[in-house]
Amino acid sequence: MTDTTLAQLSNTSIYSATVVLTLAMVAYAVYLARLVPSREGAAVPAAQDRELVAAGSGDGATAEPVGDSAGDLVDRGGRGGRGGPGGRPGAEPEPVAARRAGGVAWALTLLGTVLVVAGVVLRAAEVQRWPLGNMYEFAVVGAMFVLLSYCAWATRRDLRWLGLFVVTPVLLTLGLAITVWYTDASDLMPSLRSLWLVIHVTVATISVAVFTIGFSLGILYLVQDRLESATQRRASFMDRLPDARSLERLTYAAHIVAFPLWTFTVIAGAIWARQAWGSYWNWDPKEVWSFVIWVVYAAYLHARATTGWKRQNAVWIALVGFGCILVNFAVVNVFFVGQHSYSGL
Amino acid sequence: MSTRTEDRPDVAQPRLGGVGWLRWTWRQLTSMRTALFLLLLLAIGAIPGSTFPQRSIDPARTAQWIADHPSAGPLLDRLGFFEVYASPWFAAIYLLLFVSLIGCVIPRTRILWHQLRSSPPRAPRRLDRLAAHRTEEVRGDPEEVREVLRGALRGRRYRVHAHDGETLSAEKGYLRETGNLVFHVALIGVLVGVAWGHLLGWKGDVIVPVGKTFANTLSRYDTFSPGPWVDVTALSPFALRLDDLDVEFETETTGRGQFGAPRDFEASTTFTDAEGRTEQRSIRVNGPLETGAGTVFLLGNGYAPRITVRDAEGTVLYSDATPFLAQDNNYTSVGAVKVPGAAPQQLGFAGFFLPTGVIDDERGPHSVFPDALDPQLALTGFEGELFPSGRPQSVYALDTEAMNAIPGADGADQLRILLRPGESFELPGARGSITFDGVERFAGLSIRTDPGKGLTLVAALLSLAGLVASLVIRRRRVFVRVGPGEQPGRTVVSVGGLAKDDDDGMADEVAAILTRLEGTR
Repeated sequence: MTDTTLAQLSNTSIYSATVVLTLAMVAYAVYLARLVPSREGAAVPAAQDRELVAAGSGDGATAEPVGDSAGDLVDRGGRGGRGGPGGRPGAEPEPVAARRAGGVAWALTLLGTVLVVAGVVLRAAEVQRWPLGNMYEFAVVGAMFVLLSYCAWATRRDLRWLGLFVVTPVLLTLGLAITVWYTDASDLMPSLRSLWLVIHVTVATISVAVFTIGFSLGILYLVQDRLESATQRRASFMDRLPDARSLERLTYAAHIVAFPLWTFTVIAGAIWARQAWGSYWNWDPKEVWSFVIWVVYAAYLHARATTGWKRQNAVWIALVGFGCILVNFAVVNVFFVGQHSYSGL
Repeated sequence: MSTRTEDRPDVAQPRLGGVGWLRWTWRQLTSMRTALFLLLLLAIGAIPGSTFPQRSIDPARTAQWIADHPSAGPLLDRLGFFEVYASPWFAAIYLLLFVSLIGCVIPRTRILWHQLRSSPPRAPRRLDRLAAHRTEEVRGDPEEVREVLRGALRGRRYRVHAHDGETLSAEKGYLRETGNLVFHVALIGVLVGVAWGHLLGWKGDVIVPVGKTFANTLSRYDTFSPGPWVDVTALSPFALRLDDLDVEFETETTGRGQFGAPRDFEASTTFTDAEGRTEQRSIRVNGPLETGAGTVFLLGNGYAPRITVRDAEGTVLYSDATPFLAQDNNYTSVGAVKVPGAAPQQLGFAGFFLPTGVIDDERGPHSVFPDALDPQLALTGFEGELFPSGRPQSVYALDTEAMNAIPGADGADQLRILLRPGESFELPGARGSITFDGVERFAGLSIRTDPGKGLTLVAALLSLAGLVASLVIRRRRVFVRVGPGEQPGRTVVSVGGLAKDDDDGMADEVAAILTRLEGTR
């Protein structure tokens, strides 16, 4: 098989993945729509929900069994009789139509993930190197890690409610990768020829993938929190998501996985910078923004640990951190003059 | 505080003396709120360094930016926006942050130290007040049950202590706070390492054409920036001869941004150490040469055309491989030839070296590929005084202030010389000739030491380890109280758990500890 056919196969794989993931996104949306409590009974169950949730959160022993470290994110069971995916006590059972849509969405997500992984592997086989040499490859591999993290996590607990909010950013990334950042497969420039490419860039990409999931969770938390504190509210699919307290914990859980990975990324990057450029820290724009990201997420962790700081404000800081990640990737790579000029554009 | 005073003017506030104010300032500075504020300020303060050109990274672009913005440029310059990371305000932010950090770490270390040395606190009287608790009645006498639970707690790595005959106090997860403190102390280590490297490190850059030897003395460097505590006379006298520079460019892929991209650089050198031992060493972009007295990095490369200038009698006035600096990815390079020995007037040539040259009307002379496929030299000639008033000047540019362009033989106001390797050009008016003998490559070497880098690395890795410990490990306390049951041979046992951080796993922890009593119910 020649390299060109491998390249074509890789591209076909990624294109197919976007189609499959688009369908998955639609299925997840249908799933959430079908979870909305039926119109007639909407007002009563919603109010009931809230009381039960309030009672639940007041009592540590029966609250949502969600740990605050990644290792503890397993649904520990004991949810007999609970309905929706969020496991709200007393909620109505999941409608059959919703379950069907959820199943389809999950199957499509798995298929999409397999296709993205295939696309990455084919690309690597074609260029015969680690497939993280330019912006197109960063984006595709990043999307792959988001999907893999989500799938791995979803095998341990019911995360169908989160699917829409994971697949959508993945699709956006893949779309931009194909249209704007696409770069023909080729060799690396000399400064990238190093084992540190594998270590530094891979960990960075995994870290960003987990931050992405944390970002989605953070937004969901802020929305849920607002809904819960609203006096008048209409039935919405958000009623079937975990309550605000659980969402906040999940947000934190994602971030405490991603933050040490990012710390490692910065350290590994510094070691590599010394190897390739002669100095471990040059205040290159990419380094500046990696530092800014680190500091902002450190501020999030501090804010969360500070008594007297609202959890909402802490999560806002985390969202700002993700904004910095976007700047670091989409703006710094393309528009800033620096040594990290690997966009391939 | 002030609003409260206004509301209740009759309440007298205690007067703060000098020490009181100091204490108040210290409290404010070391509060978590201030630390958080400083962290965010640090993030914001770092950003201008990426949006504005920085003098330490690219002085030419910085000067250009200031020149292009005559109103904002000088103002921003005064505010330190072109040297953000050396500016007083940036230093103020991170130094305050570190003071705040130290002020936070010291008392917390003291508390942890005391906790580690004392046993876990006494069990509270009523364990059912704790968020996670369970009471059961089991078979066996109280002492037996207590010993079983002691074993269960030990098995789960608790430190267990019995303050009296009917309770147990257990605690684990001290490593969480330890990790937290290690993380913060190690950050101080990172800062010290960076400062140490700044004070005692140095770096120097030099351009070495193929075939030339570089000797490690101060005068040989093109630029040299030592730290404030560096003894520049004590450089280790090693030497490095550049035998060959192997460069490869992309020729197969023709996609956007790929054709002509660099693929491999390798400098073959003969290295002679301070004791005179000689060996062959190669330097690559990701493979610097460790000399033991500085590390040699290959950071740049380019072309050094061999140029010879003769006078009208054929006497050689100048003959050297002359480095031209690349201006774009295709190595369109600029440089200058200075011939101070020419008479009656000194001669100078400035212009372009094009490895694969094309000259068109629109873009002027430029190169279309980085490799030397069709090397050309496009120069203009000047005569006059090369070094007026003895100012230091760049070797890559001609200062034409005291020079005049040599007019062309055809009457053009400027002489244009276009040479390919081996060609010569007769200068008009018996001024002599200039010959383009051939092309050599040069290597841009940077030689650096940073004695602080080891400390920085160790501290950074320690901080990472501390961070992981502080995020993953949980601090938990468990209390056990046993008492006789209603019937003889039965025991009422209560287990209560107290988590230090918000930790939803405590109920499961209590349940898991009680599983040890399974089968005695």
